[in-house]
Amino acid sequence: HLATSLPLPSERDHLRPRIDLVVFMIDIKSKYSLKNVETSLAYVDASYFLGKVCFLVTGVGRKNDCSIETNSVCKLGEAYCSPVLFCELELEGVRVATAQRLVRMLGICAGQIPGVSALSFVSLMRKSNDD
Amino acid sequence: PHPQEKADPQKTAFLLRKAWTLYSVTPLYGFRRARLRDYARLLGAFIAAEKQKGLAVEVGVELDIKVTLSSLPDIRGSELDQAALLVQLSSRSRASSRNSEDKPVWSGWFCSVFGDDLFENVPEHFTCLPLFLSHGAESYTSLVGSWFQKTFDCCFRRLAISPLNLSWMVAMWAGCKLDRATSAVELVFSVPRLAQPLDISYAIHPEDAQALWDTVQKTPGEITQEEVDIFMDCLYAHFHRHFKIHLSAAKLVKVSTAVASAHCDGIVKILNSQYLPGVLMLLTELAISQIQ
Repeated sequence: HLATSLPLPSERDHLRPRIDLVVFMIDIKSKYSLKNVETSLAYVDASYFLGKVCFLVTGVGRKNDCSIETNSVCKLGEAYCSPVLFCELELEGVRVATAQRLVRMLGICAGQIPGVSALSFVSLMRKSNDD
Repeated sequence: PHPQEKADPQKTAFLLRKAWTLYSVTPLYGFRRARLRDYARLLGAFIAAEKQKGLAVEVGVELDIKVTLSSLPDIRGSELDQAALLVQLSSRSRASSRNSEDKPVWSGWFCSVFGDDLFENVPEHFTCLPLFLSHGAESYTSLVGSWFQKTFDCCFRRLAISPLNLSWMVAMWAGCKLDRATSAVELVFSVPRLAQPLDISYAIHPEDAQALWDTVQKTPGEITQEEVDIFMDCLYAHFHRHFKIHLSAAKLVKVSTAVASAHCDGIVKILNSQYLPGVLMLLTELAISQIQ
């Protein structure tokens, strides 16, 4: 399901299936997309931040078109304990690999992989100097 | 560190108010300042030879190109920087008299302003002048560039400026205190993904921009990414309030202030001699980050 911002319109709540993973897409060429994501984050229930949220930064292939500092996005990921993935949608190989990665993450979040849950992502996010 | 304010305004006047195309240059191997006259002669011969080959720069015009190489000792940040190197091509038409003035046709200069702390472990025999600026026909730039690349084993690359860096520039330069803030602060945005390209120009009164920057900047002389973001967000919010357009979703392609203007294709114009070292320091940093 694709949405331009949150919250999702309430009229369709009863038709919507369970949401297992929320991927926030940030276009590195658009400062607006980062602001939009930051505002939308407020509408996500706290329980999702236990491994069911990730940030996907697109457009990273064009360094000369950057409107956002990658550091800001990494800090956002740290603040919300969620992984940050970087990709370039214009390159087919990267696009396919990223999609496969997201599908695998989704499978884990939906509980389809025995022995691994979304909480595993949270423990992977901890920095080694925290131990 | 404070850029040297001692640059002689007379000597650097010719650098102002010209549109310079930016390049990053890797360190030059085997460059010796004592040999500037020899290099000028060799470059002149190279250009003449290329013209003979039929790679004529201007067809049908008989021009002798004279090359001059000189040092600009005032253009550097610290003692660790190499002095800037100026290359000038001038023409003397064969038809005119011997005593006629040479007409400047093309100029380019290499410089480094506080670049040296980033070029720490440079081996011997290498000269670091990471920023190159050219003004004049692209064909001459390419001839001069080829000669330097062949002679000193270096590499030139066009230096593009990202919207992120352009917003740093406009925030920094709009905040500069000038005797008379003559021109407006202007930002030009290009709107992506439209059938016909659309450019939006946003002009702000220089005193308003300065006042805004004064409320944002906490420590004079220091600028943080947060402060630049707040400054830009204020400008975007103001525009949105009036026109309901999110400039933050468009691409910032050009910024102009009374200090300098810069275009994302890597073209700058420096308008104020007082802030010349500051502008060059920023451009040197961009060039170095492109090389590394």
